[in-house]
Amino acid sequence: MWSGRLAWLPLLGPVALLVAVWHVAVALSGSLIFPTPWQVAVGLGDLAWRGLLLKHVIASLFRVTCGYLLAAALAIPIGMLMGWFATAHAFLNPLVQGLRPISPIAWIPLSILWFGVGDLSPIFLIFLSSFFPMVVGTAAGVMTIDRKYLRAARNFEYRGFRLFRSVILPAALPQIVTGMRIGLGVAWLVVVAAEMIAVSSGLGYLIIDSRNAGNRYDLVVAGMLTIGVVGFLLDALMRGLDRLDEVRWRYEA
Amino acid sequence: MRPKIEIRSVSKTFVTRGGPVPVLDDLSFEVADGEFVAVIGPSGCGKSTLLGVLAGFEHPDRGEIRVDGEPVREPGRKGIFIFQQPSLFPWLDLERNLVFGLNGESAETRRGLVAHYIALVGLEGFERAFPNQLSGGMQQRAELARALMVKPEILYLDEPFGALDALTRLRMRAELLRILSRERHTVLLVTHDVEEALHLADRVLVLSPRPARIQHVVEVTLPRPRALSNPELIALKASLLRELGVDERAGESS
Repeated sequence: MWSGRLAWLPLLGPVALLVAVWHVAVALSGSLIFPTPWQVAVGLGDLAWRGLLLKHVIASLFRVTCGYLLAAALAIPIGMLMGWFATAHAFLNPLVQGLRPISPIAWIPLSILWFGVGDLSPIFLIFLSSFFPMVVGTAAGVMTIDRKYLRAARNFEYRGFRLFRSVILPAALPQIVTGMRIGLGVAWLVVVAAEMIAVSSGLGYLIIDSRNAGNRYDLVVAGMLTIGVVGFLLDALMRGLDRLDEVRWRYEA
Repeated sequence: MRPKIEIRSVSKTFVTRGGPVPVLDDLSFEVADGEFVAVIGPSGCGKSTLLGVLAGFEHPDRGEIRVDGEPVREPGRKGIFIFQQPSLFPWLDLERNLVFGLNGESAETRRGLVAHYIALVGLEGFERAFPNQLSGGMQQRAELARALMVKPEILYLDEPFGALDALTRLRMRAELLRILSRERHTVLLVTHDVEEALHLADRVLVLSPRPARIQHVVEVTLPRPRALSNPELIALKASLLRELGVDERAGESS
C-alpha cells in the first residue's frame, strides 16, 4: 500500500500518538522536572545550535569505530581458525563461551583500572562487546559450510589460500556479516554506558552530565533520542550489506 | 591394453558406535578406457562408498585403486565427481561457476569454453543466472558442464539424476548419451535404477547387500541409442530385477 518514497508515512501515526500521550501525561501530572515533547525539541535544537550535539555524536562514533574495527580485525581471523580447525575450536571455544556471558558493563571497573580515564577505557569495552558476536558468527559460518562445496573444490584441486579465498570465505560471508551486524548493535549499546563513567564527551556523557548539572531532563531525553536515531542509521548501514549479491544468496533458497 | 581403472582387492569397514560395519569386501574389477560401467545394488549396499573410494575422496582399508597405472590418493581434475545434489556455488553466477575448475587458461580460452559447454548443455542465455534461479534439471546440466570444462578423463556419477522428476530424468539420460557420443570419457555410474543402468552402460555390475561384493556382471551389447521398448532390454531388466530380488509385478521398478 505504502511504497517507495512514502514508505515512512505509516510511521507518523504511532509517533504522533506517543508524542500526544507523553505531552498529556506530563501536563496532567504537573511535573516540574520531566520535560514535555516541546521542551525536548527546544533542548535538541539548542544542543545542535551550539555544536554540542555533533561533537558528542562524533566522540561516541569515534570510540565505536576504534573498538569495533579492532574487534573485527581479531574476531574474524580467530573465528575462522575456530571454524576450520577442530583443535583451535576445542581450545578457544571454552574461553569464548565462558567470557561471552559477562556483560561488558561488568568490565568497567577493570577497564578503568587497566586503561584509566580517557578514550581507551570505552574503546576496550566496545572491543569486548562486539568481539564475541563476531567470533561466534564467523566460527559458525565456517563450521556450517555445506560439505558438498568443499568436496567440489577438492575435486577441482583447490587448496590453501585459493580454497580459502574462493570457497571458505564466500561460503561463510553471510554469517560473518550477521555477526558484524550484531556486534555493531551491541557496541552502540555499550558505548553509552561506558561514556557515563570514564570520559567527558560522547552521548553517554551528555546524558549523565545533563542530569548531574541541574537536572536538565530535556537534554537527557534529547540525548536518548539522538542515540536511537544514530543506532538506527548504523543498523541501516549494516542492513545494506545484506543486500549485496555476495551475502544475499544465503537467504534466497 | 592397460585398463583405465584397476580396482584390486578393495575392502573398507566403517567404525560406528554400534561396532565395525564392513562395507566393501575384497572388490576387484577393471574399467577399460572409454567404457561406461554402471554399478547397481540394493540401497545401503555400499555402492556410493565404492564410488567415493574410486575417486579418492575416501580411502580403502585394504587394496588399491590405480588410474592409468598410478595409485589414487586424492581427488583431482582427472576424474570429476557428480553427486545427486548439485554442488554449484550459490554465490557465483552460472558463468563463474563453469570456469571454477579452470586454472590458468587465458580469458579468451575461458570465453570459448564457456560458450561451447553452455551450448552443449542447452543453457544459453543463463550465463548471469545464479544457481537458485535455475530448476533442478538445469542445475544438474550446469554441474555436468562445469565438470566437462576441465576435460576430465573419468566421470564419477553418483545417482546424478536421482533427485529429478521422471520426465527430466529421461531427458537428462538422452542428453548425457548425446554429450558422451561427442566427447570420449570413461564413466562410472552408481544408480538404483536398473533401467537407467541398462539404458546407458556397456557393463552393469550388480553388487550384493552389504558388505558389497560383485554378485553379477551384465554386458550390454545393444547398440546405442537404445529404445526402452527394445525386447532384449526388457528381458535383461526382468532378469536383473530377479537378481536383485525384486518382483517386477509388485511395481517396484523405477
